[in-house]
Amino acid sequence: MTAAEGSAAAQVGRTPYLSIRGLSKLFGEFAALTDISLDVYEGDFVCFLGPSGCGKTTLLRAIAGLDIQTAGSVVQAGRDISRLPPSERDFGIVFQSYALFPNLTVTKNVAYGLDSRRGSRAETARRVSELLELVGLVEHADKYPAQLSGGQQQRVALARALATSPGLLLLDEPLSALDAKVRVHLRHEIRTLQDKLGVTTIMVTHDQEEALTMADQIVVMNQGVVEQVGTPEDIYGHPATPFIADFVGSMNSLKGVATQGGYVRVGAVEFAAGGTLRPGMAATVCIRPEDVTVRGVAASETNAFPVRIGAIEFLGSFWRVTLRSEGNGGFELLADFSTNLVRDLDLREGARIVVAVPPERILVFAGGGPRP
Amino acid sequence: MTAPAAVASMVRVRPRASADDRILMLATVLIVGALLLGVAAPLYALLAKGFQAADGTFVGLANFRTYFSTPALFDSIGNSVAVTLITTGIALPLAFLFAYGLTRTCMPAKSLFKGIALIPILMPSLLPGISLVYLFGTQGLAKGLLMGESIYGPIGIVLGELFYVFPHALTILLIALATSDARLYEAAESLGASKTRIFLTVTLPGVRYGLISAFFVVFTLVITDFGVPKVIGGKYNVLATDVYKQVIGRLDFEMGAVVSMILLGPAVLAFFADRLAERRQSAALTARAVPYEPKPKRGRDAAFFAFCVLVGLAILTVLGVAAYASWIKLWPYNLSFTNYHYQFDLRDGGGWASYRNSLVMSGSTAALGTAIVFVGAYLVEKSRGFRPGRIALQFLAMMPMAVPGLVLGLAYVFFFNAPNNPLNGLYHTMAILVINTVVHFYTVAHLTAVTALKQLDSEFESVSASLKVPVYKTFWRVSVPVCAPAALDISMYLFVNAMTTVSAVVFLYAPHTALASVAVLNMDDAGEIASAAAMGMMIVYTSAAVRGLHALLTRGVLARAQAWRHR
Ligand SMILES: Nc1ncnc2c1ncn2[C@@H]1O[C@H](COP(=O)(O)OP(=O)(O)O)[C@@H](O)[C@H]1O
Ligand SMILES: [Mg+2]
Repeated sequence: MTAAEGSAAAQVGRTPYLSIRGLSKLFGEFAALTDISLDVYEGDFVCFLGPSGCGKTTLLRAIAGLDIQTAGSVVQAGRDISRLPPSERDFGIVFQSYALFPNLTVTKNVAYGLDSRRGSRAETARRVSELLELVGLVEHADKYPAQLSGGQQQRVALARALATSPGLLLLDEPLSALDAKVRVHLRHEIRTLQDKLGVTTIMVTHDQEEALTMADQIVVMNQGVVEQVGTPEDIYGHPATPFIADFVGSMNSLKGVATQGGYVRVGAVEFAAGGTLRPGMAATVCIRPEDVTVRGVAASETNAFPVRIGAIEFLGSFWRVTLRSEGNGGFELLADFSTNLVRDLDLREGARIVVAVPPERILVFAGGGPRP
Repeated sequence: MTAPAAVASMVRVRPRASADDRILMLATVLIVGALLLGVAAPLYALLAKGFQAADGTFVGLANFRTYFSTPALFDSIGNSVAVTLITTGIALPLAFLFAYGLTRTCMPAKSLFKGIALIPILMPSLLPGISLVYLFGTQGLAKGLLMGESIYGPIGIVLGELFYVFPHALTILLIALATSDARLYEAAESLGASKTRIFLTVTLPGVRYGLISAFFVVFTLVITDFGVPKVIGGKYNVLATDVYKQVIGRLDFEMGAVVSMILLGPAVLAFFADRLAERRQSAALTARAVPYEPKPKRGRDAAFFAFCVLVGLAILTVLGVAAYASWIKLWPYNLSFTNYHYQFDLRDGGGWASYRNSLVMSGSTAALGTAIVFVGAYLVEKSRGFRPGRIALQFLAMMPMAVPGLVLGLAYVFFFNAPNNPLNGLYHTMAILVINTVVHFYTVAHLTAVTALKQLDSEFESVSASLKVPVYKTFWRVSVPVCAPAALDISMYLFVNAMTTVSAVVFLYAPHTALASVAVLNMDDAGEIASAAAMGMMIVYTSAAVRGLHALLTRGVLARAQAWRHR
C-alpha cells in the first residue's frame, strides 16, 4: 500500500483538495524529494513531520511554486498547478522568519495583499481590523514589527497570509523561533483559528509533539520520501516503519532474534508479539514506556519478566523509570508509571518487580534497529 | 543520496514564467546591455586599437614592438613600478599605525583624527601635487628640507600619492582591525604571551587579509593615478602620464592604447588578488567575534597620539596651503587677501561654467548611478530565474574596478568616436561624461548595494508573490525604503568621486562640457597655479558640503523617517 492509498483509505468518499503525484526534486545530483504522492483533504490540518533536512521545506516550496519540482504534478482544487508561478496559485504562507516588512506598520503589513486588489479603502480597513481582531492584535495596529514580541510578529504574519482568504495556508516551522511557553500557547491558538476558518492548512515541523497535538493528518517524511500518512493516533499507535516508531514519541527499541511461533527473544526474555518473522531473523521489538504494566502482574503471565529498578525520575504528572532485565543479555527498558502507582507499590531504586507488556502493544520490525 | 535513475528519466516540469519573472528578466537584459555598451564594448575597442595602425588596418604586434624598442616609452614601466612600490611601502605602515591608534589605544580625539585622515578623499589628486609645489617648489617655503633635490620628479610623486592613497588604505585597515576578536587577545594574555608575541601571532594574522587588500588597492591607485604625476612629475615619465601624452600631446592613439593595455595588466592582477583576499577575510569573519576594547596605557596612548598629530598636521598642511594660496595675491611674496584667483572667467580652462558643469555632471551621476546600481544589485541578489543573465550582470558589475580611469576614458574615445558607431552622437556631450563616470565607479557602489540588500529577508519576494503583489511594487515599497541609508551612501560616493575625478573624463570633455577637475589640470598646465588651487578648493568645499549634507540626512531626516528601525 502506498502512502497516498493509505491516506485515501482513511478518507473514503472525499475528493482530495490537493493531490501530489510522483513529485521529485533534484538539487544538481542530490535528490531532495523522491517520488512523493500525497493527498490533502479540504479543511484538514496536515503536518509534514520529519527530522531536519528530510525535505519538508522543499516539498512545501514546491506546493507554493516557489521552487518548482523537477518532476511530478500538483493539483489544487481540480486545477493542475504544477507549472504555475506562485503568483498564479492560491495560497498564503508564513515563513520561519515571518518575513514581515520592517518599514510598514502592522496594519500595512496585513493589508499588503489587499491593496493591490481593487477594493474600496473602507473595505480594506474593515478586513484588516477583522483579521487583527481574529489574531488579537487590535491594540498593536500602528506598531512596527520591531516593536512586537516574537509571538505577536508570528500572528501578524498569520493575519497577512490569511488576509486574501487563500484556499490553502502553508506554514513553515512557524513556531520554532519562539520560546517553549509561547509555543505551546500558539499551537492551540493556531489550531483554533484554523478550525474557525476551515482553511486547508499544511504546517511543516520537526517537532513530533507539535504534530501530534495539532494535526488531523500527519505526513512523516525521512530522507526525501514519505514514510507514513495517518492520523496522530495511527502514527503513534501503529508506526509503519522502525524510523517512525523511534522518531514519534518515546520508544524502547530492543534488538533481538525471532524464534518459533511468533516470539522474539531479547536477552533472557521471550516476547510474544504475534509477528510473522522467520525464526533466526534479526528483529527489533518496540515498546512504548507507557505500555509497561506492573499492577497485578503474575510471573506466569504472557510477556511477564522480572526487572530491577534503576533510576527513577519525576516528570510532573508521571515518573520515568529505568528498568533493567535480569539474566544474561540483560537490557534496559524505560517505563512511565503514574504517581499513584509509584506511591501504591512503593517503587524505589534497587527494588525487584515483575512487569509485563501486552502482546498487542508490542511492535516488531525485521532487522537490527530503528535506524536503517 | 544521488538521483536514482528513475528520477533522471522522468519528464521534467518546465516552470511557466510569471509576469514578475518577465519584468525581472527584461530589466536584467537592459542593464546587462547597458553595461556591455558601457564597459565591455569600449574595452574591446581599446584592445583592438592596440593591434591596428592609424588607418585601422591590423598590424599584429607592431605597435608593441615599437613600444619596447623605444626606451623613452618603456622606461616608464620601471619608473611607475618604482614610485608605486615606494609609495605603497611607506603608505601601508603609516596607515596601519594610524588605524592601530584609532582602534587599539585610548588616545584622545579619535573621531577628529579619523575625520582629518579622510579629507584627501574630497580632493582631486591634482591638489596635493599643487600644494607640494607651493611647499617645496622653486619658491617653496620648505624647499631646504629637500637638500637640493627637486620636488618635480619621483620625490614629489611619492609624497603626493601618499596623501592621495592614505584614506583608502586607512579605511580598509580600520575595518580589518575593528573586526578582530577580543577573545583571542584574552586567551593570548592569559597564556602569558609577551606583547611582541601577541602582536606577531594575534594582531598581524588577524589583519593579514586587510593588509593584503590594502596593498593591492594602494598599488592600483598609485600606478593608475594621473593627477599627481601630471602636476609634479616633471620629466619623470610614468605610464599614466604617457597615455595622456601619447593621446593629447601626440595624437598617437595606437600608442596610447598600447600603454593603456600595459597599465591594465597590473590593475587586473591586483583586482583578482584583492578579490581572493576579500573572500578569505569574510570567511574568517563568519564566527561571531567579540569586539576588542582597549584599556588605557599612558606611554602607548601618548606615542600614538603624537604620531596621529604629525600625520594629521601633514594632511591639514597640504589642504591649508592650497586653501591659503588660493586666497592671497602671490605666494610667497604678497600675502594680502584677494578673491582674484577665484575669478575663473578671466582665465582659460573653462571658467565658472566648468564648475557648474561639474555640479550637473556629479548630480546626474549620483542620481542615475544610484538608480541603476541599486536595480542591478537587486536583480543580482533577489531575482531567482534567468541565471545566465544574473551571472553576466554580476561579472560586468565587477569589471570596472579592474579598469583604471585613464584606460576607461580612452576606451570610450575609441568606441564612441568611431564614425560607424550609431552611438557616436553621444561623443562630446554631457551624457557621455555621466555614463563614463557611473561606469568608472560602478563596482564599489554595486558592492555597497549588494551588501545592503543581503540584509533583507530573502522571503520578502516570496511573500509578495503569494499575495499577488507585483515585484516592482515590493521593490519600491519595501526594498528601497529599507535600504535608503545605503542608497544615500552610494549617491554621496558617486557625487564626490564625480567631482574629483580627472583621469577618465580628461579624454572625453568638450569645450562646452569642461569640468572643474579638468580646469584644475588645464590652469596648472597654463601656469595659473593659484587659480588651479582655487578651483581645486571649490571642489573640496563642494565635496565637504555634500558630505555634511549626507551626515545630516542620515542622522536627522532619515532617522526620523525610519522610526521603525528602533524598538
Ligand atoms: N537550494 C538548495 N540547493 C541545494 N540543496 C538544497 C537546497 N535547498 C535544500 N537543499 C537540500 O535539500 C535537503 C532538504 O532540505 P529542506 O527541505 O530544507 O529540509 P527540511 O525543511 O526538512 O529541514 C537538505 O539536505 C538540503 O541541504
Ligand atoms: Mg525546513
